[in-house]
Amino acid sequence: MDVVELSRLQFAATALYHFLFVPLTLGLSILLGIMETVYVMTGRAIWRDMVKFWGALFGINFAMGVATGLTMEFQFGTNWAYYSHYVGDIFGAPLAIEGLMAFFLEATMIGLFFFGWKKMSRVSHLAVTWALALGTNFSALWILIANGWMQFPVGARFNVDTMRMEVTNFMDVLFNPVAQAKFVHTVSAGYVVGSVFVLSISALYLLRGKHVELAKRSMTVAASFGLASALSVVVLGDESGYMAGLNQKMKVAAIEAMWNTEPAPASFTVFGIPDLKTHTTHYEVKVPWVLGLIATRSTDTPVLGINDLVWLAKIRIRNGLIAYDDLLKLKKDRSDESVRRDLDAHVDDLGYALLLKRFRPDIQNASEEEINLAAESTIPNVPVLFWSFRFMVGLGFYFIALFAYAFYLSAKRKFPGSRTFLRVALYSLPLPWIAAELGWIVAEYGRQPWVIEGVLPTALGVSSQSVGNVTFSLLGFVVFYSVLLVADIFLLTKYIRLGPDGTLGHPVADPSDRVVTE
Amino acid sequence: MDYDTLRIIWWALLGVLLIGLAVMDGFDLGTAILLPFVAKNDLERRVVINTVGPVWEGNQVWLILGGGAIFAAWPPLYAASFSGFYLAMFLVLLALILRPGGFKYRSKLQSPVWRTTWDWALFVGGFVPALVFGVAFGNLFMGVDYGLDSDLRLHIGITLLSLLNPFALLAGLISVAMLTLHGATWLAIKADGLPGQRARKVVPYAALAFVILFTIAGVWTRSLDGFRITSDFVADGPSNPLLKTVARVPGGWWENYSAHPLYWIAPLVAYLGALIAVLASRTKGTVIAWIGSALVPAGTIATAGLSLFPFFLPSSTHPDASLTVWDASSSKLTLEIMLGATAVFLPIIIAYTSWAYSVLRGPVKAESIMSDSHGNY
Repeated sequence: MDVVELSRLQFAATALYHFLFVPLTLGLSILLGIMETVYVMTGRAIWRDMVKFWGALFGINFAMGVATGLTMEFQFGTNWAYYSHYVGDIFGAPLAIEGLMAFFLEATMIGLFFFGWKKMSRVSHLAVTWALALGTNFSALWILIANGWMQFPVGARFNVDTMRMEVTNFMDVLFNPVAQAKFVHTVSAGYVVGSVFVLSISALYLLRGKHVELAKRSMTVAASFGLASALSVVVLGDESGYMAGLNQKMKVAAIEAMWNTEPAPASFTVFGIPDLKTHTTHYEVKVPWVLGLIATRSTDTPVLGINDLVWLAKIRIRNGLIAYDDLLKLKKDRSDESVRRDLDAHVDDLGYALLLKRFRPDIQNASEEEINLAAESTIPNVPVLFWSFRFMVGLGFYFIALFAYAFYLSAKRKFPGSRTFLRVALYSLPLPWIAAELGWIVAEYGRQPWVIEGVLPTALGVSSQSVGNVTFSLLGFVVFYSVLLVADIFLLTKYIRLGPDGTLGHPVADPSDRVVTE
Repeated sequence: MDYDTLRIIWWALLGVLLIGLAVMDGFDLGTAILLPFVAKNDLERRVVINTVGPVWEGNQVWLILGGGAIFAAWPPLYAASFSGFYLAMFLVLLALILRPGGFKYRSKLQSPVWRTTWDWALFVGGFVPALVFGVAFGNLFMGVDYGLDSDLRLHIGITLLSLLNPFALLAGLISVAMLTLHGATWLAIKADGLPGQRARKVVPYAALAFVILFTIAGVWTRSLDGFRITSDFVADGPSNPLLKTVARVPGGWWENYSAHPLYWIAPLVAYLGALIAVLASRTKGTVIAWIGSALVPAGTIATAGLSLFPFFLPSSTHPDASLTVWDASSSKLTLEIMLGATAVFLPIIIAYTSWAYSVLRGPVKAESIMSDSHGNY
């Protein structure tokens, strides 16, 4: 493997690891806020014990989120140095603001959340818990503003004097519609993870007839919050789909394995076996109209197929080569104004010309064959996207059904329901993580071959690192993270087994207990 | 505001962030370094750990913010330093990743093997970053092996061994000494009983070690080759490091101090801080002593920054490609936006951080840990 492949593998591995912990933090922080609000409003001690018990599990998970998050903040510099140089002017700002506005708040409040119970008033502690939840969610906002810009690079322009992209309109970066859609979709997914976590573990206790009062109340909260989140994750996922349809047409076509442009409105392929060699999809089962409606929100706009998009890419590569030629001239003579004007006219396609760098360094001499290859390279891995997307969406609808039924039970006061329901709820525990990881794969693997869509090919973004260095760090991360993950799961399991009584070191309060003074 | 003024402000803000990191995260790194030496049994170790338990996560954000701010304000520096110091950064990361487990997981099981393992993990998580950050700083004075091609792509020749030169190792030891000192004054206030008393006794030794090492390093820089921009340069020009020429000048790192005698305040602050730390902790731990030990990294970082100015990361092999304040920044617009964001959020951060520390005021006692064994680390 070369440095590009190793660096990509390391980024994917560390990001997927990080994303095991982040969604639970996002969801559980809000659930803790809700539970503690009930406690402060009713004064019933059992709700305080619920916050402390779920809080202990939250803490174990949070530690891993912080540990793996450090790597993410540094990895752009260590392994993606040219990327950092090329887009740092835009991409760095949301990361820094994330630290200023969100992570500082989150990290300061987590200490007070655990250590502040006896040191402040009930209302102050509640404020700390909500500040913690707010910080966590703001953090996701800024990270997704940064990520949204990778998918849809608005508000920036190439500057030939500094050889990089520079921001021209920060408001466009901030209010990037793709970033907004991705933010709400991703935090909703986190809320689903948190809700399923609480629902499943509560189901375990109810199945065993232990900690019944705490489990029933936890389940009620998880059911209503989970239903709202599961609905929003699917609806807002649809918004993400529409936004991708505006900008990342190739991603949408690849998810659909749609090789040829269909007459509008395009149909949605529920099942099929995509064939990369022949550019066809076998055994297709299609639902008319659906894709056209999702991707274009109209009945008369066609959704472009992969073959047509490759043809368009070829045009943009040729156009980009004009910009690249201007760039070479400007390196010799920076003052030539007419060349600068010509570059300005073609610079939006410069990134497409850079796709040729994979095939030869002197891309201005690229052959017709190489241009074809570069255009073909804009097709992401169709079968992986096709199936990842379908499993993710399928799971999304499953969560709606699961929470709808749980919510029905709780509204009709038929909790905890049948043992079958409890078993289903328990065994659903890993599913939201699978859905979240698949979502990452659809969004980021589906962006390939670009690291910044249409601007910078992934292969060009890497650092000039030796294969040995990156192999060493990759292996180091895998081994190290795995050991920590084992410790994390071991502790979570132990504390779930110990149950609330063992975790708190005292029996959980009776439902009728009220806290008068602390 | 002018582009060159913004660049100066962001150079100063980078210093503020590094000092914030050394002062705030520094004392919990120092505390972790002292952990095996000032605490003799499990309860004492828990006392030490719980002095920083509620605050280390907030403190560590200075590091994350530092990374983010360098990325946003000085992208070429972020790219060159993080990829250039690749294996060193990797070591720091692994060491820091040990810390969350050390705090959060350690006391969740009774097993002595489990706890001892995490205690050493905490020590490594304090010692290694303290050492490596210092080594990295020392290498700025030596210059490192990298160049830039006409696409401004970095070509790195740095190896881990090349970073471990004598001067850089000395800088690493300075960093360890000053953070140990800072951790000791913290523990003297916050750790009740024997651990706090033992930490207080470390203060004069750590301060003396710092003073000696810092003085040696200062004298040593006199005989190092400094760097100087030899061509005309435009202070508000585009951020392209290849538009200037640079030469190596024997003793060049002292030029700024010759030109601006006021700069000598920076090393004086470091010496004075060490003195205050020693004098103010003669009988018991005091906040004055902690402020003194906080002045040590502040003065040290300022001393180094003023000496290097306008250089960030000089290249030993391609001096012209050296990154400086004038050619390694973000665009003017990004610097403006980030300055606005910092002006809004930094006071808010300082406000709620101060509130958190006031809520958590008072020493950590062994009795309170025993009485709430599940609530503490």
